[in-house]
Amino acid sequence: MPHSPQDMCANAPGGDRVKIYLTPSPHWATIPGVTEAWSVSDLNRYVRQMLETDIHLQDVRVAGEISGFRTYPSGHWYFTLKDASAQINCVMWRSRAEKQAARFMPRDGDAVEAHGNVTLYETRGQFQLDVAWLDPAGEGALYREFLQLKARLEAEGLFAPERKRPRPAWPRVIGIVTSPAGAALRDLLNILRRRFPIAQVILSPTAVQGADAPPQIVAALEALVAQKPDVIIVARGGGSLEDLWAFNDERVARAIAASPIPVVSGVGHETDFTIADFVADLRAPTPSAAAELVTPTPIDDLRAGVDALTGRLTDALGSAVQLKRLELAELQAQLKGLSPQAQFASAGQHLESLRSRLAMGMAYRLSLERERWNGLAQALHNVSPLGVLNRGYAIVSKPGGGVVRRANEVKPGEALKVKVSQGEFGVTVSE
Amino acid sequence: MCHSQTSTLSYEVLYMSPKAKSKAANPVESLSFEQAYKELESIVRKLEGGQLPLDEALALFERGQALAARCGSLLEAAELKVQQLRPQVGGVALEDFEASEA
Repeated sequence: MPHSPQDMCANAPGGDRVKIYLTPSPHWATIPGVTEAWSVSDLNRYVRQMLETDIHLQDVRVAGEISGFRTYPSGHWYFTLKDASAQINCVMWRSRAEKQAARFMPRDGDAVEAHGNVTLYETRGQFQLDVAWLDPAGEGALYREFLQLKARLEAEGLFAPERKRPRPAWPRVIGIVTSPAGAALRDLLNILRRRFPIAQVILSPTAVQGADAPPQIVAALEALVAQKPDVIIVARGGGSLEDLWAFNDERVARAIAASPIPVVSGVGHETDFTIADFVADLRAPTPSAAAELVTPTPIDDLRAGVDALTGRLTDALGSAVQLKRLELAELQAQLKGLSPQAQFASAGQHLESLRSRLAMGMAYRLSLERERWNGLAQALHNVSPLGVLNRGYAIVSKPGGGVVRRANEVKPGEALKVKVSQGEFGVTVSE
Repeated sequence: MCHSQTSTLSYEVLYMSPKAKSKAANPVESLSFEQAYKELESIVRKLEGGQLPLDEALALFERGQALAARCGSLLEAAELKVQQLRPQVGGVALEDFEASEA
């Protein structure tokens, strides 16, 4: 049986690292086990001191698998670290266990790297590891590999924002690359059923963990691309770093980058970032979130959209009819303007204006004529024979008319008329 | 069968505006939700733009109503169809996916 928690507490109050006893006891003066028998306590204390002062046994890293993991009400953890052929008891004090739980909660079967100090639990004479913290096994190496691949693909431009393609607003066909038995698929289908049941889903089944997973994922993705869905979800539920490792595989990353169809990744939990996430057109924190991201317009919005369009349709027809009504009213007004009555009225007005223009024109013309006549009268006056008579000339004419211009036109004894300026008189030709 | 189809067609040819006639080549029952929705959207925009002869506006309105009804019935009847790819000799086959979950 391993250690009892109560005793451990007594040995290590407050969960602090066990202090090393350097004060020599009386037994140090003797040769232990030779001159005198060891007490069990002394032996255990001595062994413990030996262990705790050996620098090779302090601040060690031990790789193994966790088994018999138990937490105690006191908050301390007890478990065994083992490999194929050996095991060691381990303790993690409460203060460290609390920090550890926030980082990584170990479970039986987990491969881990334990960091801590080798010591001895004197009460039971049990050799054990006082664990400071636990890492998932191989994290260091895997993480380095992850960073290297990430840096390489990033340098190639595979993560560039301009490579990211938009999702279709309304995918008709949604492709899914995941395990047919996984919780991820169940979550995806539940959300798609609820949010966007008018779509069609094509599942391209694949293993999502294990050594065989990367080539399977690549093949599943390629087979799906051939079906030409509108968008593809690559998904896997949460798991350990190793479980998700297929999505950090370069082949998978390149297959996603090469997809002619937008890819949304939904791998693990929110805190898990894989290379697939970086290279995908869109990263969803979880498979469920991926299902929501590929359906940006859920069916309720579509329903509301149809209702709104129906309302606008009716309104638009109403306005169209109203517009025609207004046009009609305008045309009627125009028609009224063209009616015979209106034409008569307008012609009457025109006539009136013509009439007044005629009168004005006439008056003008008359005054013009008058002036002209005055001029002519003056001119006539200037050339009038009466003017000549005024100057003393006379006009001689025959009684039957005809002005006498030559002497031979008259005979002696003929009676003639003489016109002078003031009146006329008769004369008789004497010779 | 053949007769009734012909008479339906001739009705449309006779009584619908030229624009509506070309649309009538696509009966609403054959449209996907997206097609019906997009056409409904464009009809509403066209109607809202005004300047249409009244008979054309009426024909568009009727078409719009049919499209809205089509959208509604598609939404009501919608049920997610799930298929899966299964490798076959010489390619893959699509088969209905039976969810194994409870």
